[in-house]
This record gives sequence, C-alpha cells and structure tokens, in this order.
Amino acid sequence: MTTKLSNAQIAWRAAQDIADGAYVNLGIGFPEMVAKFQPPGRQAVFHTENGVLGFGEAPPAGEEDWDLINAGKKAITLKPGAAFFHHADSFAMVRGGHLDVAILGAYQVAQNGDLANWSTGPKGVPAVGGAMDLVHGAKRVAVITDHVTKDGKPKLLEACTLPLTGVGCVTRVYTSLAVVDIEDGRFVLREKLATISLDDLQAVTGARLHLDGAVGDLIAPEL
Amino acid sequence: MDKRIPNLAEAVAGIPDGAAVMIGGFGGSGAPIELIHALIDRYLATGSPKDLTVINNNAGNGHVGIAALIEQGMVRKMVCSFPRSADPRVFTDKYLAGEIELELVPQGTLAERIRAGGAGIPAFYTPTSYGTDLARGKPVAEFDGRPYVQERWLKADFALVKAELGDHYGNLTYRMAARNFSPLMAMAAARTIAQVTQAVAPGGIDPEHVVTPGIFVSGIVEVANPAQEEALNRADAAHPPARPQEVQA
Repeated sequence: MTTKLSNAQIAWRAAQDIADGAYVNLGIGFPEMVAKFQPPGRQAVFHTENGVLGFGEAPPAGEEDWDLINAGKKAITLKPGAAFFHHADSFAMVRGGHLDVAILGAYQVAQNGDLANWSTGPKGVPAVGGAMDLVHGAKRVAVITDHVTKDGKPKLLEACTLPLTGVGCVTRVYTSLAVVDIEDGRFVLREKLATISLDDLQAVTGARLHLDGAVGDLIAPEL
Repeated sequence: MDKRIPNLAEAVAGIPDGAAVMIGGFGGSGAPIELIHALIDRYLATGSPKDLTVINNNAGNGHVGIAALIEQGMVRKMVCSFPRSADPRVFTDKYLAGEIELELVPQGTLAERIRAGGAGIPAFYTPTSYGTDLARGKPVAEFDGRPYVQERWLKADFALVKAELGDHYGNLTYRMAARNFSPLMAMAAARTIAQVTQAVAPGGIDPEHVVTPGIFVSGIVEVANPAQEEALNRADAAHPPARPQEVQA
C-alpha cells in the first residue's frame, strides 16, 4: 500500500503535465529527474541557465566533455536541434516569459505562492545561483517536494519562515502525498493518495487545503 | 592591426593592484585557467596584482583557477551568484575568517548587470529578487502593475576569457557551453584579454559565426590544448603545484 510517493514518483507525476514541445527548466538536483519520465510521444525541450537549449542525458563515464555541462555542473549531451547562447540571452528566456514550465525544489511554499528554496538561514556561505530568476517569467512555476520536512514539519504553510526566493510565484505543488494548486492566495487540493484521508492530509499541511470540485486519486507507477 | 600577444605573462602584465577583473566561465566550463595561472605566477614573482575584485559566477573549485587565485590572498572581494562547488574550501575558509568580501548576486541579474555595463545602460529594473533579502535597500518601481527591483550596471577594468577561435582583430568564437558569461564580460571591461585555443588570420572566422566582435577585445593569446578545471580537479591538481600551506609546513 502506498503511504507516500518516492522522489522518482513525484517527478513522474510532474512530468505528466508537461506538454509536447514545451520549453522547460528543471532546477538542479531532484527536479532533474523529471526529464526521465516524459510520457511517450511527447518531447519537451530542456533549458539550462548556462546557455544550452535541447540537451539530453548524461554521457557515459569517461566520455564527458567539460565544455558541455548543465547548471548543476554535470556533464550532458546534446539532442539534434540544440542551441548555445550566452548568459544574458539565457536569462532573457527565463525572465522574458519564454519558458513554459520551471520545476523547482522547495524548503517551504506558502499559500500565496511565496517560495523559500535558497537559504536555510544566516549560517555558512550564502549562495543563490539562478533560483531567484527562475521563479519569475516561466508561464508555470511548479514545485516538487516531500510533503513534510525530514523531521515531519509541514512544508506547505500559511507563510514561509525561511528567506524567500520569490513572492507569489508558485502555481502548483507536487508532493509525496498530493497535488495542490495555488489560486487566489490559497491552496486548492487537486489530487491526493487514496490511502490518506483528507483529515490526515490536512494535519500534515501548515495551511488550510481548499476543495474546488472533486479531488482525484494521486497515482504513480512503481519506479 | 594585430591584437595577438606573444605569451601569457605579457597578456596579464598590465593588471594593477586593486583592479576589478571579470573572469569568464561557469564552474570549469569556459574558465581561462592558463590566464588565471599566469596572473598567479606574476603575483608570486612580483607581489602584484593583489586586492583584486573578481567577478565570476562562482568562487572557485579545488586548488586551481579562481580557487588558486583566492588561496594566494590576491582577491579582496568576490562578486558571484554561487560561491559553492564540489570543493569550495578555499573560498569558504577565507569568507568565514572574514578575509574576503562577498557580493551575492542572482545569476540572471549578474549576467544582465554585466551586459548593461557593456551596453552603456547604468541601471535597469528586474522582477528577480523582489521581496527577498537580496533586494534590501534597492529602489523598487511598479510597471504594468508588477513590482520590479532596480539593479545597476557592472563594469570592470579587465576581463579574462577563454575562447575557441580568435583572429588578429580579436573576433572570437566559443566552444559549446563554455560561452556563458564571456561575451558579456568582453563588452563590460575596459580591456579584455582572450586566451584562444586557435589563433587564425583575419578571414579565418566566417563573419556569420563571430560571437564576440573584435571591438570588444584588446588582446588575444593562443593557448592550444587548454586545461579543463574539472579534469585538473579530478587529478587533484593545484597551482602552483605545491600549495602555500604545504610549503610553510
């Protein structure tokens, strides 16, 4: 019995909403998995901040070309029809509203769409990369995340407590338990695992889940 | 006109103490390792240049390239978006010890500030960072009902970049994703020095394929078979080969 989706299953679910021909940016780390689960017959074009559109999978070990990497500094390959461009053009694609979807990780998401995913506080060396740019401009900004933190605290909140990456920017959240849209400053529950009750889901969510029509079953294959 | 410089030592000879230096590259991709190491060699021989402000996306990895520049104590301030890497210890230790300044800039804002510097645009408005800690103290204005943050141009005294082909006029092409910030930095620096994998005569680059027009480039120096930062780090390399703390020990 499924009690929560694995990271791969969350990534799979997010991939089902990416249309054929969509231009997509996947945040570094966990969101990169989304690329593996494109539905048959659909092909998205993936964008990486450091100046490549249309990249493919990692090359086999030993065949890396270190001039050809993604934003996570990992070696990639090119698909036919790929393009190179400089950093200002790359972020024009981001801020200029040319990307269809950006899928990012999160520490916290607030019901008004605020996102915190770059800093856990003032300790250590701060680093932001492209996180604050990516949350602006894509037509859809989706988050994939476990529903709660490692120590069980809600990640979907009335207001973020960690430093913000962007204000009112997230439109949909795919979690290990549910799919939640952000509409008019509230969380609207679209899908949940059949194995969790609405009350139990609400109990691990830090803000009210609103209903707008039927709630679908969140289903993902074993991966 | 011939912008060729005969060797690396001459290529970096004019960079003074206190200079602002843009260095191309994103991680190791496009990092002009040989130019950076030539700068370090000059410092080890003469004590100069020091107190540099370095502008790059990152803050070095391992003990080569920008990390090695920082390790020597030549850098007073880093302007970057992501001062982390597989092995960021050199920057991290100096930062936590208060020995190096950090100006943290969102990556797209960094790129656009540099582009603006090269294009003669003193400031611009961007949605990026609105409502976050990185927008503190910056003017905000509303356009078509949305709030935007004012950011200022970024210029430098020198840019050091790595290119693929370079002709005698300074026209440049790049190799794959090694392009990243370099075309922007070439515009924004008073003097841009490019290390090129192959120097060619004028006409050797199809004008349709020029990425950085030579007007933005002061000099080129040929470095055939340039080192890759990632490959150096995987081989546990350092520059100079014996690290300073090991010499002292």
